[in-house]
Formats: sequence, structure tokens, C-alpha cells
Amino acid sequence: MSNILHTVNKSPFLNQTLKHCLGRIQSGDSVLLLEDGVYAALSSQPWAMLMNPSHQYYAIKADVEARGLGEDKLLSHITLIDYEQFVELSTEHSTVQSWY
Amino acid sequence: MIFSLAIYATPSVQSSDSAYRFANALVAHNHTLYRIFFYHDGVYHGSQLNTPAQDEVDHTVRWQQFAKQHNVDMVICIASGLRRGILNSKEATRYEKSAHNLAEGFELSGLGQLVDAAVYSDRLVTFGH
Amino acid sequence: MNKPKTKKLLFLFRHAPYGSALAKEGIDAVLAASAYDQDLSVLFMDDGVFQLLKHQKPDDIEEKNIINILSAFTLYDIQSLFVCQESLAERGLRNTDIAIGINIVAHNTVSQLLSQQDHILSF
Repeated sequence: MSNILHTVNKSPFLNQTLKHCLGRIQSGDSVLLLEDGVYAALSSQPWAMLMNPSHQYYAIKADVEARGLGEDKLLSHITLIDYEQFVELSTEHSTVQSWY
Repeated sequence: MIFSLAIYATPSVQSSDSAYRFANALVAHNHTLYRIFFYHDGVYHGSQLNTPAQDEVDHTVRWQQFAKQHNVDMVICIASGLRRGILNSKEATRYEKSAHNLAEGFELSGLGQLVDAAVYSDRLVTFGH
Repeated sequence: MNKPKTKKLLFLFRHAPYGSALAKEGIDAVLAASAYDQDLSVLFMDDGVFQLLKHQKPDDIEEKNIINILSAFTLYDIQSLFVCQESLAERGLRNTDIAIGINIVAHNTVSQLLSQQDHILSF
């Protein structure tokens, strides 16, 4: 079964990239937030309600910490990962789609 | 698994750094990195004239060291490169430019190298700007 | 060496023309790929649908008309061209606004296209 790892690197407050991605994900797909995309890990972000908990959501921990986003402000179903885990995720999914 | 990376981001955006970290994690996991294809604004990585401040990362040198250490093919798209002033000595002569700047370890080649990387690799990961 | 199997490659266009070189350079990548005998599809969605509009006149901004470049797809025998209906509707565009022959596809076909690929090349 094919599944996609979607990466999003834009802030959802400035850019609709996250919304575009969330509108196209399917069962088995996962979403990885990186760079300014990690602002989408905030529970206050405008499309949080579109982040259906039946998918897996990840954010690069170093990018979250660099931006001073405290864990108390983050959506609870986001898993913080490092680049080694990013590589693992890209092998566990059949394609990687970059939304930028 | 065989990976290739397509980098469209210029060195001054974080996506460039993400690509570098991803590449390092790949080789640490013993995956094969077949090719890094620099396209669009990613071609700016190939200028040996990039001169960041001393306390900042030198993206060009970092990729050169990485490619040498891990024997990775780094291709700059020739059409994108020429448009943005990334030339080797051959192209400088052809277009009668007085200087060339392609950094060692990078190769100017056609878009076919991106397609070849897609055909040959199990995963193609894009780092957009 | 074994010949690698034919790959399914989707070229995904999400950016408008002219504001950056991304659209034009993406099209160049499609044309290059057409020489490699792979299973190619091209999908325009989000702001990528703006590339398809009739009546583009980029002369005064000294750019090549993206429609002329896209027209090369026919010459290169690239036939699997798709545009996301939802993205058109969101922008108030109809099929009569589109300058090239293309399949207008609904959400479920877009999802299928995305999920069937070996690689997605996103521009």
C-alpha cells in the first residue's frame, strides 16, 4: 500500500501551504513540519482543527526549540523528532511530497 | 535504500540546512545517496565566491566536504546555473565571460541528471525554498 | 547492469507563473523527463492553476508566455495533464478560462494521482 510523507516548511499564519497539504492527505499518510512549518505545531494555529488525529504528525524538534515554542503551546498529537527519524519516516513511506 | 535529493533552496534559507542535515542522517543510517541535484535557486550553492562571515556556516564548503567524504555526486543544473551566474571555465569561455566560479566538487550538467536520479533512486526528497 | 524499471513520476505545479522562475523551470524538468521513457503525469493545483489561464500577456514584464512553453507538452507527447477542479473553483475559474487541453479532475482523482507515484517532483 502506498503512503506519502508530506513535509511542510511554511508558517500557517502567513501561508496556506499547510491547509493545501491537509486537504490532500489520505489514510496512511503522515505530515512532517519543519523550518517555519513548525509554527503549525502550535495549538493556536488557524488550521489545527483540520489536523485529523487519524494521521501521524511530526515536527523537527530542533526547529521547534530554535523558535522558542514551549511544549505547553503545542498540539498534543505532534511527535517531536530528529533528522535520523525523518530519514526513517521517508523509508517507511513510499514517497515524500514537499509542500513549500 | 537509494536516495537522491533535489535542492531548490538558496543557501540563505533554512531549507538548505535541512537538506544538509537530512543528507548526513542518510549516510549515518547507511543508506546510499546517489545524487544531489541543485536546481532553481539551489544552484547558488555551487559558487566558490560565497563568502559568509567567519562565525556563519559556509554552505558551499560544507557540501564540498560532505560530498568528498561520502563520495556523493553533486550536480548543478547547467541552465539554472548559467542564468544565475554559476559558470565553470568551459562555460565562461563559451559565453566570453572574464571569470568563472563553480566550486570544486560540483559539476554542471543537464536536467537529465535529475530525471536519472528519480529513475535510479528509491526515494527523491525535495528541499524547496 | 539491469535496466531500472519504469518509474511513475508526477510533476506537481503549485506556484503561479512569473513571480518566480519555479513554474518555468518546472516545465523544463517535465520536458527533460519526456526523453526518458518514464510514466509521466503533470498536475496543476493550488496557485499552479494560474499558469493555465488564457489571455496572459507577459510582454511588458519581458517574460516568455508560460502558455507557449506549456504548449510544448503536446509536441513532446506528454498527455497525462491534470488540473485540480477544487483549486480552479476556489479561485473563481472555469474550464473556459483554461488555454490548453487538460483533464479537469475532482478531489478523489487528485488523491489517487498523488498516491500512485514512485516520486513526486514538486514545483
